Amino acid sequence: MNLLRCLLLMLAFMLALAPRQARADDPFAGMGGSFDETKHAIEALALSGDKQAQPAIAALQDGKLFIAADKSLWIKTDAGTLNARTGEAGAAPGGLKPVKKNNAVREAANSALGSLTLFSADRATRAKAAEAVFKSRDPSALPALGRALDKEGDAGVRAIMEQARAAARLAAGETPDADKIAAIATLRARGDLEASSLLAGVTAGSPEVLKAAADAGAAIARVQQLWTLAQGVFYGLSLGSVLLLAAAGLAITFGVMGVINMAHGEMVMLGAYTTFVVQQAVQTYAPGIAGAGLFIAIPMAFLVSGAVGVAIERLLIRFLYGRPLETLLATWGLSLVLQQAVRSLFGASNRDVTTPAWMSGATMWGGLTITYNRLYIIIFAAVVLAALMAALRFTALGLQMRAVTQNRRMAAAMGIRTPWIDALTFGLGSGVAGMAGVALSQIDNVSPNLGQGYIIDSFMVVVFGGVGNLWGTLVSALTLGIANKFLEPLAGAVLAKILVLVLLILFIQRKPRGLFPLKGRAVEA
Amino acid sequence: MSRVSLNLCLLAVLGGAGLLAIGNVAMPEGSAYHVPTYAVSLAGKYLCYAMLAVAVDLVWGFAGILSLGHAAFFALGGYAMGMYLMRQIGTRGVYGNAILPDFMVFLNYKELPWYWHGFDNPAFAIVMVLLVPGVLALVFGWLAFRSRVSGVYLSIITQALTYALLLAFFRNDMGLGGNNGLTDFKDMFGFALQADATRSGLLVATAIFLAVQLLVARYVVTSRFGKVLIAVRDTESRTRFLGYRPEAYKLFVFVLSAVMAGIGGALYVPQIGIINPGEFSPANSIESVIWVAVGGRGTLVGAVIGAVLVNFGKTIFTGALPELWLFALGAMFILVTLLLPGGILGLLSRQGRAPKITPAAEPAE
Amino acid sequence: MKQHQDTLLYLDGVNVSFDGFRALNALSLVLEKGEMRAVIGPNGAGKTTMMDVITGKTRPDSGRVVFGNSTDLTKLDEPDIAALGIGRKFQKPTVFEPHSVWDNLLLALAGDRRPRFTLWARPQSEERDRIEEILLTARLAEHRHRRAGDLSHGQKQWLEIGMLLAQEPQLLLVDEPVAGMTDSETEQTAELLREINRTRSVVVVEHDMAFVRALGVKVTVLHEGSVLSEGSIDHVSDDPRVIEVYLGR
Repeated sequence: MNLLRCLLLMLAFMLALAPRQARADDPFAGMGGSFDETKHAIEALALSGDKQAQPAIAALQDGKLFIAADKSLWIKTDAGTLNARTGEAGAAPGGLKPVKKNNAVREAANSALGSLTLFSADRATRAKAAEAVFKSRDPSALPALGRALDKEGDAGVRAIMEQARAAARLAAGETPDADKIAAIATLRARGDLEASSLLAGVTAGSPEVLKAAADAGAAIARVQQLWTLAQGVFYGLSLGSVLLLAAAGLAITFGVMGVINMAHGEMVMLGAYTTFVVQQAVQTYAPGIAGAGLFIAIPMAFLVSGAVGVAIERLLIRFLYGRPLETLLATWGLSLVLQQAVRSLFGASNRDVTTPAWMSGATMWGGLTITYNRLYIIIFAAVVLAALMAALRFTALGLQMRAVTQNRRMAAAMGIRTPWIDALTFGLGSGVAGMAGVALSQIDNVSPNLGQGYIIDSFMVVVFGGVGNLWGTLVSALTLGIANKFLEPLAGAVLAKILVLVLLILFIQRKPRGLFPLKGRAVEA
Repeated sequence: MSRVSLNLCLLAVLGGAGLLAIGNVAMPEGSAYHVPTYAVSLAGKYLCYAMLAVAVDLVWGFAGILSLGHAAFFALGGYAMGMYLMRQIGTRGVYGNAILPDFMVFLNYKELPWYWHGFDNPAFAIVMVLLVPGVLALVFGWLAFRSRVSGVYLSIITQALTYALLLAFFRNDMGLGGNNGLTDFKDMFGFALQADATRSGLLVATAIFLAVQLLVARYVVTSRFGKVLIAVRDTESRTRFLGYRPEAYKLFVFVLSAVMAGIGGALYVPQIGIINPGEFSPANSIESVIWVAVGGRGTLVGAVIGAVLVNFGKTIFTGALPELWLFALGAMFILVTLLLPGGILGLLSRQGRAPKITPAAEPAE
Repeated sequence: MKQHQDTLLYLDGVNVSFDGFRALNALSLVLEKGEMRAVIGPNGAGKTTMMDVITGKTRPDSGRVVFGNSTDLTKLDEPDIAALGIGRKFQKPTVFEPHSVWDNLLLALAGDRRPRFTLWARPQSEERDRIEEILLTARLAEHRHRRAGDLSHGQKQWLEIGMLLAQEPQLLLVDEPVAGMTDSETEQTAELLREINRTRSVVVVEHDMAFVRALGVKVTVLHEGSVLSEGSIDHVSDDPRVIEVYLGR
């Protein structure tokens, strides 16, 4: 059926060629005559390259093209009338009648407008038009495509036009085998899902063509598999960086200090609520910079969660050093109090944190769909981890922290005020958790229970990576993220999570000190 | 742990349950001594929680294993019982299917999954109540204790275990009712569950099971085995150099405790009338730990007192001031660990170390 | 090196390293049956690591540790080695604090260690007699019902030695038994160890040279994970290398 339509269109095209040659000097000739004549005129105009072709056909499409008694053509606008041939404003003579349309005319106008944009001065418009032809595979666009290709200077657009021509040629029944095989090669080079479905549509033709199409289809399938794999890795990295963000603070408080903070998730939750509050404030007082709200929220969240962390350390945890199980219970209690406090303040329902425009949407990298929010979270996680490592390594506070965790008494003897270092270290870990909350507010529901969902995962990440080792935490988070995403298609999301948990439990029982254990120090709980 | 206080506790549990049951069944409605059925069920629920608490105390108080996944064993026992109760519904379900429970008909199951077979038989179900939590504890404990996972690491992986089970039981594909769990039970061992007499009978049965559990636990912890266990709790490496295998001791008590929790869960389900995946939530397990801490860790009796008191408080609070319950519970966690390490029993005995037998917590140096 | 009939413990080329740090460096040592040996050496010489290797706490990277005729200890773990008859006393006294002195000794008594036994075990009259005997030897008879945690430091040390005796080991490893003791306690401890040595082999790790001299036994000096010198206390204290290690540099 498709073929029949193509043939008819081809036929129509052939017919259109004759009058065009006859009246090459005037592509407008016939416009406003019989439906057939109008149609031919549209097609002639589309191929003429005349700068008035586009506005004239568009006006026709909108019912704004009129023919006067003297056969001159006019476009009606709000301001007045324009001469359709020249585009100049002028007073139209009497007896204006709209150029009549039937379905055939409308169709011709539509496809003409499509191919006309192939000649647009704007690169993006031309690319878009070529892509549209690729998708429609309309053989009637072939002549226009040919001319456009002749004129096209931009390599990128040329490539799309080539692909569009290949698609149209394949769709057209009467293409010679050599051209078809060349078209198949072009599509193979394009290598995406559309190309592969086009190739799959090649069911008729000579054995060579069929074979070329099958080979190309298989090649594309292989490439697509790689892209799927890469996409899986991307999703895995994205999940991994969420885990990393959630666990990075814990890697400090649990990994470095050895404090079991079950309220760690609530530090993340406080960060998310800080984001909400900052956004509300920005929208109220400075709506002009709404998009930058997140950048204000990041330091705010660090400060809020960090301050709460310092308070927790001073008021609760310092009384429980050396009693890890008691710390665990007390901080769990604290997490309940914090959750309920937030619930009382903000309500139990989810709060809306808006995603700024620059974070929504997606882009394609080859066959990869990269959503901006995931991409930014990956970048953010990397930046946070790098900053954290730098802080531990290069700042005075970091030096003192390492001194205190390695040898508390010696550090104290050197004049380091160990209680304050404890408090600040705990504050740093909590602050990092707060920054994680800013990122998580973009992908998760901001509710009082936000933190609970991450606490078990975070602990598993830290333990799996090896306590006290930030690099281990990084490797562990990414490994778990990717493992999860690769199990998902096999087992489903929930089962994948269960499997990862079970594997982790088994792993920790084989290697209780994680992937990268710290050696030489007695780590006996 | 004093022998006297445990005997008093047994008396209180059995006597209290007996009086409530008599008050419910024998006293006419309207009498000042009549006990409403909901109160009987509530008391039954508290005693089931007390069984869970005693199980937690056995491993935490005497072996130093802070399990944050004990509610999982409780829930597994509950599910085993729930499966039996489901099969007893027979054709009385909404869809009237003699074999398939309602949720399976609803989910277009064609036949009973293999693991449901046998649960129509009460003896089989009872064996499963013991076996399922026991085997899970055996496998998990064997792996964990053999590789010397201890302290907070063990706590974290027990929590991960119950979390994994939570996720698993939420799945409809699990064939155990998914989100909604198992419910709409009709009768148990031929007794109608809605009948007052059955309710009272269940309460008394729970009290008896709790009493037996306490006696078994007391025997274990006062035996030479118990002395080794306490030695393991405080100085594990020393026991090893004396030739003991701490992992064997921990494994035994962990499995025993899991089975006890499972029995508690099995008694809980018919009295509450439902078992759903929520029972696996990590928060439940941690809550059971705070019952023990409130009552007094390492005392057995304290676990019973803590479970009953905290849950009574929860009933009152969630009825009157629901927003404040989490504040109260959270504050309880903090205050007990900071200020009342001996729990209520420690407070009553007015001695530093009291009946509690905890490791000497040494300051980090 | 040829192995004698009456060799009890034989360490051959034992290497242990932690994170690049060589704790034991091709350490070789022979202990005769019934011998008492004092091991001395500066901090970090590898004394405690040597004990860890013998009792199975640390697995050596290479080398053999042979007990009795042919038992390779490097293949066994702590409980197995304890069951073979090697007892260990730690530097810091570790007793079971919540238990009474009596119960501490009861748990240490040689016997079946398996849960299925201890779960049903009843006190036996021969156990009672043995504990009474040890209470006398360890000078703790009047403290039998006290909580071990409430004992003085010296009493804890003795209780731990008593527990070692209760284990009836062939070989006792004793780590710094007199650290923190008064002079009279130190003297009594030396006497106690000599008494124990009548029936068992003993290895004593000690810093206190006066105490080592009082023991009057063969001395092994460890330095940087291997044997520096061996012989009588007078012999090693005249050895110029020993003097250099202790005083020089």
